[in-house]
Amino acid sequence: MTSSPNPALTDPRILQELAVAASIPQGEAAAPSMSPLPFRVHTSRQETHDTFTLELSPASGAEKYPFKAGQFNMLYIYGVGEVPISISGDPVFPAMLIHTTRAVGAVTKAMKKLKKGDVVGVRGPFGTAWPVERALGNDVVLVAGGIGLAPLRPALYSILANREEYGSVAVLYGTRTKEDILFRRELEQWRSRLDLEVHATVDRATGSWRGNVGVVTTLIPKAPFDPHNTIAMVCGPEIMMRFTVIELMKRGLEESDIYVSMERNMKCGVGLCGHCQLGPTFICKNGPVYTYKEIKDLFRKREI
Amino acid sequence: MDKFEQIIGEHPLFTGMDEKYLHLIVGCCSNVVFKPGEFVAHEGDKADNFYLVRHGKVTVETFAPGRGAVTIDTVVEGEVMGWSWMVAPYEAHFDARALELTRAVKLDAACLRKKMEDDPAFGFEVMKRFVGLILRRLHYTRLQLLDWYGNDK
Repeated sequence: MTSSPNPALTDPRILQELAVAASIPQGEAAAPSMSPLPFRVHTSRQETHDTFTLELSPASGAEKYPFKAGQFNMLYIYGVGEVPISISGDPVFPAMLIHTTRAVGAVTKAMKKLKKGDVVGVRGPFGTAWPVERALGNDVVLVAGGIGLAPLRPALYSILANREEYGSVAVLYGTRTKEDILFRRELEQWRSRLDLEVHATVDRATGSWRGNVGVVTTLIPKAPFDPHNTIAMVCGPEIMMRFTVIELMKRGLEESDIYVSMERNMKCGVGLCGHCQLGPTFICKNGPVYTYKEIKDLFRKREI
Repeated sequence: MDKFEQIIGEHPLFTGMDEKYLHLIVGCCSNVVFKPGEFVAHEGDKADNFYLVRHGKVTVETFAPGRGAVTIDTVVEGEVMGWSWMVAPYEAHFDARALELTRAVKLDAACLRKKMEDDPAFGFEVMKRFVGLILRRLHYTRLQLLDWYGNDK
């Protein structure tokens, strides 16, 4: 049996790309790289029973970590492994690198145990961004499900930093129970603003919950936006995004005005290893944020 | 045009309905206000009415021993509360309670059922619209059953 070389390692175009990716200087603006940069844990905060937020600062002492809303980093827990995690902090004030995730696998469970001062490796930021600039002048609707609020939060921070440049802005958030609500205090602060519509719904409720009960798609028919001038940004489990897109299109939104954030098994972060390949696209590089128009043919395929 | 004709005519459930049918519906309408915490319906009671919620929020709930009242759904402004009135034995399947001050148009079920029996074309028209509503609720309930936030996969 003979083994053939990995085509990626013989393709001059890919080799060139790899060389560029690996040689980008690591200055104040950390750039995507194949080598992780050391960051120290500044704060670790439990959000819900299974989610937590890490605030990281560069061990080098650099003051900023620029990124675009929607991008992700590869976080490396030394001796355990590396995972892709969306950035959940504020791109307008990127002094601290903030990640919110759920403790589900070996790496994220180890990550949850990190204490102040511990070191993690960071590669990134990678991937495409939410269309906060394209949305200027339009109404905006953000639809988040579960932990999907974390990757959308930077988009909301960006929009709020420039609030007068947008029309109506609505945040529709669905989660399992009231105990699973992410960033609850912040959601309440957003809801108290006069220039922001925030609606939350849970699948199951008992006792003190006074909000809506039902899936997040039930909030879409009455959300305040003009479908002809609206950009939608949707993040959550893929099945939730699928049905959300259907409801948004029922309201009259175009496929090209609906953005979704896809998630697959990202490994290299620069579109070389193929782990996150979805049909013809590499989610780590061409995504994770796509218009529904770009991704719709892959959305319902069972084989990929 | 009186107030109820306007409200019924503009309600999504009755959009585009023939005026003579709207008139039949209006004849079964009255206004109602529920205080926060007040029951709109009790599980097992006769389903004598249904409601077009104009303002406020109603929970559809059931009582589970050890868990208390479990909310299954919420009905808000612009939505319809109750469909047990359509099918014998006309009994409410769940409790319904106003979560906040709720104003609604109450429709007398016996009054409307009689008009539907007397005029089957009208009856079919109302049925078609309720089937659409029930289908939508069933769809949302099925999505809820997926428990799609569970592990975000």
